[in-house]
Amino acid sequence: MKPINTNQEYSNYVDKKSPNSPILKNCFNAFWVGGLICTIGQLIMDFCMYKGLDQTSATTVVSITLIAISAILTGLNIFNKIGKFAGAGSLIPITGFANSIVSPAIEYKSEGYVMGVGGKMFTVAGPVLVFGISASVIIGIIAVLFI
Amino acid sequence: MKRIGKQTISFDSPPTILETASIVGPKEAQGPLAKYFDQCLEDEFWGEKTWEKAESKIIKETVNTVISKSGIAASDIDYCFAGDLLNQCISSSFGLRELNIPFFGVFGACSTFVESLCLASVFLDGKAASNVLCATSSHFCSAEKQFRFPLELGNQRPPTSQWTVTGSGAAIVSASGKGPYITAITPGKIVDMGIKDANNMGAAMAPAALDTLITHLQDLDRKPSYYDMIISGDLGYIGKEIVTELAETKGYNIKNNYEDCGVIIFDKEKQDTHSGGSGCACIGTTFSGYFFKQLRNRKLNRILLIATGALTNATTSQQGESIPGIAHAIAIEN
Repeated sequence: MKPINTNQEYSNYVDKKSPNSPILKNCFNAFWVGGLICTIGQLIMDFCMYKGLDQTSATTVVSITLIAISAILTGLNIFNKIGKFAGAGSLIPITGFANSIVSPAIEYKSEGYVMGVGGKMFTVAGPVLVFGISASVIIGIIAVLFI
Repeated sequence: MKRIGKQTISFDSPPTILETASIVGPKEAQGPLAKYFDQCLEDEFWGEKTWEKAESKIIKETVNTVISKSGIAASDIDYCFAGDLLNQCISSSFGLRELNIPFFGVFGACSTFVESLCLASVFLDGKAASNVLCATSSHFCSAEKQFRFPLELGNQRPPTSQWTVTGSGAAIVSASGKGPYITAITPGKIVDMGIKDANNMGAAMAPAALDTLITHLQDLDRKPSYYDMIISGDLGYIGKEIVTELAETKGYNIKNNYEDCGVIIFDKEKQDTHSGGSGCACIGTTFSGYFFKQLRNRKLNRILLIATGALTNATTSQQGESIPGIAHAIAIEN
């Protein structure tokens, strides 16, 4: 092996030395767990509509139910294990969003309900909210003007 | 004491490491070194309400243990050097606030333990003290909270990431005694090779470890084989491999007598710790629990202990700064 003298050489060397995440395995697990979560959502929706709810109300019930389940699983220290296994599979659906709000709320409870839970609750989900809402506003404006 | 070469100090009357103590968390208690620690905790809170309080309690109880094991009265300990990873080193200062021993807060990230031993040795050989206490701690949960994400967040850790050791290591060093002796110290320079990945601390710190190792060997005109074992702090699997390979390119073969505390404290396969252990307590507990006993039982007689630290915080990582590394070395001999 040649001696390493520059930062660039070292960076290239480290890249070679550092193992990559097992992408295929991660993708596969994300695919089937994410799909399973969406299927559960669909089942809840079908059940609601079977019981006579209209589609808009049924989708709301789906969101509320999935959020509640993942918040409870986060509190029971189970969701992080699912997330570790499924990655984006549990992160991308609304379950991940609920987890990203509940987990800092639990973590920072020790700093009090106002500055701890209240202040830190959105440290992880904050960017999603800011850019998600901004994007929807922009798209809303475009829709109003051009469609 | 005298300065030798570029960075090394050797001692006229080498201080003795009189006694050590270690307390570790539940995950470390399932690791390969469990039987060597003084106490293994059953849960990370240890009856406290917060991670921070738990960490303070761990360092406090470790210090109490080392004092009672040593047989020296707390009032006979002249100074205390201690530090940890939490902002403003609160684990140490809160944990040791009732100790009534003059206190130096030390921050060298995960190199704190050996940095403390370096400073203690200079105090002792300079006749400024007879007994000095050195202590350090880290806690997986408090470290994750400060540096990364909430524990309950369902995310994935990359294979290069390391697992912060929960625990504390403490040592009492005395001006006189029967050894093991701290014969020389090599305080390290800050070395930054431009690594920015906060999930690859081993690679960020490895160049500092290598620099200190080679400087130490050159200053004292020694070969790596002089030591029964060369031990780094928390480079993990990736950092260890980097140091081994890069040392070879510089003409030093350390393949046979080099080990890293981050590699041996956990069972990588069973415990899912990816690149290995890290944190102040990694070398703190592994030295205090395992290597000190090996020295005492004469299974090892000459070791070079190189503690490595990543001098970074969560803000600098987000601002895209690279991670400066540091490594301090002490030679301990019977």
